[in-house]
Amino acid sequence: MNIRNLLSYLAWGIILVALQVFLFKNLALFGVGLCFLYIILILHLPINTTPITLLLISFGLGLVVDIFYDTGGIHAAGTTFLGFIRPLWLRVISPTGGYDEGTEPTLQEMGTGWYLTYILPLTFFFCIIFFSVDQWGTLGLLNILNKSFFSSILTALLAILVQALFFKRRRGIL
Amino acid sequence: MLRILEFLYRLRALLLFVFLEIIAIWMVVRNNSPQGAAFFNSSMALTGSLLKTQADIVGFFNLAEENQDLASQNAELLQQITLLTPYDSLSEEGLDSAFRASYTVQSARVVGQTLRLTQNHLTINKGSNQGVKEGMGIFNQEGIVGRVKSVSKNYAVGISLLNTGLLVSSKIKSSDVFGSINWDANDPQFAKMLYIPRHVLASPGDTVVTSGYNAIFPEGILIGTISEVAPADDQNYLEITVRLSTDFSKLNHVYLIENTELSELDSLYQKAEISDEY
Repeated sequence: MNIRNLLSYLAWGIILVALQVFLFKNLALFGVGLCFLYIILILHLPINTTPITLLLISFGLGLVVDIFYDTGGIHAAGTTFLGFIRPLWLRVISPTGGYDEGTEPTLQEMGTGWYLTYILPLTFFFCIIFFSVDQWGTLGLLNILNKSFFSSILTALLAILVQALFFKRRRGIL
Repeated sequence: MLRILEFLYRLRALLLFVFLEIIAIWMVVRNNSPQGAAFFNSSMALTGSLLKTQADIVGFFNLAEENQDLASQNAELLQQITLLTPYDSLSEEGLDSAFRASYTVQSARVVGQTLRLTQNHLTINKGSNQGVKEGMGIFNQEGIVGRVKSVSKNYAVGISLLNTGLLVSSKIKSSDVFGSINWDANDPQFAKMLYIPRHVLASPGDTVVTSGYNAIFPEGILIGTISEVAPADDQNYLEITVRLSTDFSKLNHVYLIENTELSELDSLYQKAEISDEY
């Protein structure tokens, strides 16, 4: 990652966190589908990011969102888990011949089919951890699964939408 | 020794992961305990001012509705004044200390809140500089909203009524039966009323108000109306669902109420060895 990539990543990060805490915070589809668009910041880091860096970035990002949500560490718990399972899942779904050096696992680079198999399970596990920590045994497993299912679908849809709308044109500049 | 270190080095990602998760969970537990204040929350100066800017922008679009609410509340207050004025001469006499106002009220604005979690909080734009203290009650013209949890210089974080950790002492207005209001994390419009014995006659439509027993809220602030009464799984109590009168999705202006005799009550409770759990 050179300095220019780093700056654009930071700017993109600030935009996404702002969107999350000002717009998506109280948005819920039918009361069950929450949107966690900001986690694509973790999902889109280059594939060869070391696990330690990934974990630290994930934890820090979760903590920032937690401050705005007043949730203590619920987001941090979810994002840290996400940062931990991302390399494992990437290894599982690696295409024949492996990844190219420095590839970012985004919609444009990898194609829609691969991207869906990448983002859906990861978001789903993030949601599972998030809602489990949030509810802490008050509502039961079915409620957690229900919310996680719809939230992960909503998040994945929005992630694809955002990339389809904004990234193709800006690709040359970024 | 070297091999142990090598082994640990190979597991460094897993170890860091476990370490960070433990920190995160520990922060959640700390944040959710009623007494412990979070290290990081939205009453910090930077996040507070960011949230306030957002509330200013969003608030602009709700001005018409807000004005209407305030006007209707003004009308109600004016009516109360006219009811009180004939007794004006009484106020000339020196009042007994029993008549001294034991609650002070100030207004504030909600600048940020969550609605969709099980432990919801809200941020308000007044802090210790404006005399806000931990434990003050929050309500608005529609009903009760929550309780102040932690305070910074210019902002404060409150536990919303939509928080499974908050119990509010309440009563059914028509029959004066006491219970506790607790949110069950399902729907932001409904809460449960706990500890109402089976023999009590409660029916849908009855009004539920604060009881004045917990020393945060004075007696009689609206909480909601009963929407459903059913026998609970537990044979001793009724399961009562209350439709909350406060619309949490549109919170803006709120009032902070402080019981000026709280410290006296607290020391009394302490002397009598009663733990006051609010």
